[in-house]
Amino acid sequence: MLTGLLVDLAVIVVLLAGIAQFRTPPGARRGNWTAALALAGALAVVLYRHRLQDVPLVVVVSALGVLIGAWVAVRVTMIQIPAMVAFQHGAGGVAAFLVAYVELTRSGREPLTAAAEIAALLGLIVGAGTFSGSLVASGKLANRLRQTPTVLPGHNAILVALAVVLGALGIWAAFLGAGISLCVVLTILIVGSAALGIVFAVRIGGADMPVLISFLNATAGLAAALCGVAIGNRLLIACGATVAASGSILTHVMCRGMNRGLASVFTGIKARPAAAPMAPSSIRPDPAADVAEAVSPAGDADPISRSVELLREARRVIVIPGYGMALADAQEEVVRLGERLVELGKEVKFAVHPVAGRMPGHMHVLLAEAEVDYGRLYELKDINHEFAETDIAIIVGACDVVNPAATERSDTPISGMPILKAHEARHVVVCNLDERPGYSGVANPLYGYAKTVLVWGDAQETIGRIRAGLS
Amino acid sequence: MTDVFLMLVVFGAVFALGYLLIRRVPQMLHTPLMSMTNAISAVTILGALLLFAVETTPVEKVLGALAIVTAIFNVAGGFVITDRMLAMFRRKDTPRVEFRQPQGLERAAARSGKDGT
Repeated sequence: MLTGLLVDLAVIVVLLAGIAQFRTPPGARRGNWTAALALAGALAVVLYRHRLQDVPLVVVVSALGVLIGAWVAVRVTMIQIPAMVAFQHGAGGVAAFLVAYVELTRSGREPLTAAAEIAALLGLIVGAGTFSGSLVASGKLANRLRQTPTVLPGHNAILVALAVVLGALGIWAAFLGAGISLCVVLTILIVGSAALGIVFAVRIGGADMPVLISFLNATAGLAAALCGVAIGNRLLIACGATVAASGSILTHVMCRGMNRGLASVFTGIKARPAAAPMAPSSIRPDPAADVAEAVSPAGDADPISRSVELLREARRVIVIPGYGMALADAQEEVVRLGERLVELGKEVKFAVHPVAGRMPGHMHVLLAEAEVDYGRLYELKDINHEFAETDIAIIVGACDVVNPAATERSDTPISGMPILKAHEARHVVVCNLDERPGYSGVANPLYGYAKTVLVWGDAQETIGRIRAGLS
Repeated sequence: MTDVFLMLVVFGAVFALGYLLIRRVPQMLHTPLMSMTNAISAVTILGALLLFAVETTPVEKVLGALAIVTAIFNVAGGFVITDRMLAMFRRKDTPRVEFRQPQGLERAAARSGKDGT
């Protein structure tokens, strides 16, 4: 018992040591493999303590899973990462509810304790809900489903009704003995939880996706921890707990980044009235192409040459990338522009808003892929005081996160949201697709400032031309 | 009952420790963090393996096998993707000056590379 506890403790310490190394990218790389080591250790402990039946089957399916996982992991592109991560939350959910189901229905063994049974039932519900919710999220992020929120009539009522039915079914299942009727009830419970996950996830879209994906991260961890309670395995509980903690923190960071409560994101209460009729520019996938063609080179030569002129004179430049940059696939151009400015002796920094991408930290990964020097990437709190001494803020595909209305007015859906203070810079260059507002639907007064140069069009092209003008 | 208590303590303690550690992770690493925790949450692989610690019926075999495949898909995929992402983060002490292809070609090359994956 005691050695068992110490071994488990050792694995947990290694796992936490892995997470503790997530401070710098090289450290995180070591941390990632440290955590993998902890997991391998946990696996070894379980295999040592228990003799498995059906070893050939276990080996074959494990090898299959490793192959598929590695194959997908090597091929996925960085722009697909949010969809991939959401899909993996779903896979975690599947594993959790399958384990819970088998534990609950298995007849050949001593009955589960009351606590184990409750945990298994909860694990089943949370796992199935995470599974379906994640598939919806993944579909939206991969642009296979409509990305805007889908609101059903009486959406909240449906959610509550489903939750009540699931609760009742769960209680019923808890009192049923093993047998065919239990299997049926549990199957209905799985289907019902999956339905709940879908109804829950379809309403969230666009700029709220980072909250959803972080939340599903937390529920996937919770499902794993519940499975751990069900089978009485401390390692499972501990690993699940770290994941739940991580998901909770990220959810909190994302909500704070938008100044919205979790409840308001998930229930749609205090819904953004302006958002519904608007076709939010930041989440439309590919209109970039047609609009870019409409802008004739001669027509906007002026803003571009004006930007070039300003950039030549500037000493300090801050670039603010938004999700529009990723949609235009302009990260390469943006990073090259930054490098060109550095060559010209300017001080260049990148300011990334917490909710700039479609998942926490997404923008950083996209810029890293474009080989940015990550020492130039700054968080909102570290750079906001520098805008006042900055010559030019270049905004690329961002709107809401630099909208001064968020701090100056109190009656907009984004009021109170922390913004990057681009408007404090001496000059502002806006390289957005068009003048339409961002996801919130709030018009950006920054566009009307005299010090602002507006460069509409496909950012890949406009940034490229500005860079060409500087060489 | 002591077992349940111990389990709750494990959950609470690790959650709290994890919370303190993860709160200090910089934003830059949030995506790799989530990707790695995904791999960790696939520890349900332990539960899936333990299903095979006793005699199983055919139905249990199928469900257990499915649970193993999905969980281990997450483990392998999660750690590998996280490593790929983190490998891309580079520090440059001096600005790069190198010959670059003409813009059009370069973009076409980047595009075809992306489409190929």
